[in-house]
Amino acid sequence: MLEIKNLRAAIDGKEILKGINLSIKKGEVHAIMGPNGSGKSTLAQVLAGREEYEVLEGEVLFNGKNLLDMAPEDRAREGVFLAFQYPIEIPGVSNVNLLKTALNEIRKYRGEEQLDSMDFLNMIKSKMSLVEMPNDLLQRSVNEGFSGGEKKRNEIFQMAVLNPLLGILDETDSGLDIDALRIVASGVNKLRSADNSFIVVTHYQRLLDYIVPDFVHVLFNGQIIRSGDKTLAYELEEKGYDWVKEHFAEFAGKQG
Amino acid sequence: MDKNKDIKELLNRGFTSLESRLNGGAKTELHEYRKKALNKFNELRFPTVKDEEWKYTNIQPVISKYFKPAADATATAGAGDVEKFFINRNDFIHLVFVNGKFSEELSSGWKDTKGFKVSSLKSAIKNHPDIVSKYIGRNAAIEDNIFTALSSAFIEEGTFIYVEKNTAVEKPVHIFYVTNSNEEIMNAPRNLFIAGANSQIKIIESYESLSAGAYFTNVVSEIFLEEGARIEHIKIQDEALSAFHISRTEVSQDKSSNYLSYNVDFGGSIVRNNLHTRFNESGAENDLRGLYLTSGEQLIDNHTRIDHAMPHCQSHELYKGVLNDNSRAVFNGKVMVYKDAQKTNAIQENKNLLLSENALVNTKPQLEIFADDVKCTHGATVGQLNKDSLFYLKSRGFSQETALRVLIFAFANDVVHAIDIVEIRDYLEKKIAEKLATEL
Repeated sequence: MLEIKNLRAAIDGKEILKGINLSIKKGEVHAIMGPNGSGKSTLAQVLAGREEYEVLEGEVLFNGKNLLDMAPEDRAREGVFLAFQYPIEIPGVSNVNLLKTALNEIRKYRGEEQLDSMDFLNMIKSKMSLVEMPNDLLQRSVNEGFSGGEKKRNEIFQMAVLNPLLGILDETDSGLDIDALRIVASGVNKLRSADNSFIVVTHYQRLLDYIVPDFVHVLFNGQIIRSGDKTLAYELEEKGYDWVKEHFAEFAGKQG
Repeated sequence: MDKNKDIKELLNRGFTSLESRLNGGAKTELHEYRKKALNKFNELRFPTVKDEEWKYTNIQPVISKYFKPAADATATAGAGDVEKFFINRNDFIHLVFVNGKFSEELSSGWKDTKGFKVSSLKSAIKNHPDIVSKYIGRNAAIEDNIFTALSSAFIEEGTFIYVEKNTAVEKPVHIFYVTNSNEEIMNAPRNLFIAGANSQIKIIESYESLSAGAYFTNVVSEIFLEEGARIEHIKIQDEALSAFHISRTEVSQDKSSNYLSYNVDFGGSIVRNNLHTRFNESGAENDLRGLYLTSGEQLIDNHTRIDHAMPHCQSHELYKGVLNDNSRAVFNGKVMVYKDAQKTNAIQENKNLLLSENALVNTKPQLEIFADDVKCTHGATVGQLNKDSLFYLKSRGFSQETALRVLIFAFANDVVHAIDIVEIRDYLEKKIAEKLATEL
């Protein structure tokens, strides 16, 4: 589904991603872990098409199509979804309006008919229960006045409605208390299927107790320095990121 | 030397024609006031950009035209022409003026009212001369404002609303000033709204046009809120893009009264709105909201002034603008907090969105505080749309165009979405969306 080859990207002239290679197949969940500043969020943003980042080199294929050539909206329409680390507040635009417009733009792109209002509302209601969203949220402005936990839940709710092929969760666990974390994780687990994949970007192993990944990658200084199964997350948790840094020195030495 | 001598001569001739129409009316107290105003008009000069208050708004294009009073215009309009402007045909009270003349045929619901009087100013001058004389000119002085002097010299038509104390008027009163003229005419509607103690009324004032003439609307409104009165006042300016519009709204508020103002500008070539409110007594509040959407070569200038003369009053002002093409806007908002106005609470905000590199806004929020126990804030922003919001929507599948449209609409709609007259709110939302759609 997703092939990232030697991806290098910079912001404000500073190189953040220094050659990422990653391959994700249908139905897989990949966790990307790493210390602050390692490039985790940059990778998420570059995949979603944030214009501020400059791609220096590399290729990203999404179902065989060149993702880096696409505008952010076309990536979304092809089935990429980014759950933001810091969801944006948009006063004056209701959640229901955002979802309806988004869904219809996506359907138009795919040559599908616009959604009937009743079908849309029924679908929305069923998805709301996935993340235990209160009803009044639909008419409220997007993320405006939401608590941190509500914002993250709202991201997962949007993901449930838009039903992407690839969901990228950018530190969705940060700032969540244990109950909210459980709700968010259970929402994601209910969305997992043989047809879709997830990239779970996180700093802590905690989230991975709930969303169990097939693979774990350690990102450090813009490169994936180690990959493994879910036990790698425990190892990281136990030994800490200092261990990674030491390991990285060794790794860099080998490279040199 | 007065280089605008010609327009003055022309208007003086218009005055002679007004006098000949008045017959017996020429001997009244009101007419003495008109004559005084005409003298003042002749004495005063038109402002130029050298005058601080008109620094960014050059009105030379307005006064270099040769306007004749609207009463002398030849074109008229019938029900078929005006029907499209009505927002709620059955449930609102309608007063319709075409080229400055009250149209009894097009108006409705104003005759059978209990506890309040709604009529054209002309019939109020005839039927309630005492009330008219008592209030007219009290809020809008002619001394230092040539456009008010001009308006006052031609006091003839406009809207008169008088709500008796303890009366809540349920039906909104919707006033239409419709212009249908390819000639250069001057409309000078004069409004007098008086809300007695503990009364309530909702007034909508719409400026519409049926033609693309370079006409000039010069409106003066005097609004009085007695103790505990509440007025919701919505002014919708949708003149022809070739027209000029200068308005002055003077509001005086007695104890614990509440004035809610929406000032929405869509049309006009050169537009200047002056809105001035004054708290005469304590405990009063007002909420002034404005929206201007400009494109092409439009210039829309809003000058507001809030006089906090008494303690324990609250004002909340929010003006927003969306500017495109080569259009310009001016916002000048003064909030004066006098020495005795302790416990004043004043918030003022002006926010502008520039959609084009050539659009320009001059904004000047001004706060002058002479009391020491007050809460006042003010601020102005001028900018483009937030990039993070744009990316967020695009990451959900919105096209650039849809994302822009949705965000700009949300920015603008913020000003009017709290209007509680549902039909008016819906109308404005639609109108905003339409104007934005043609601008983008």
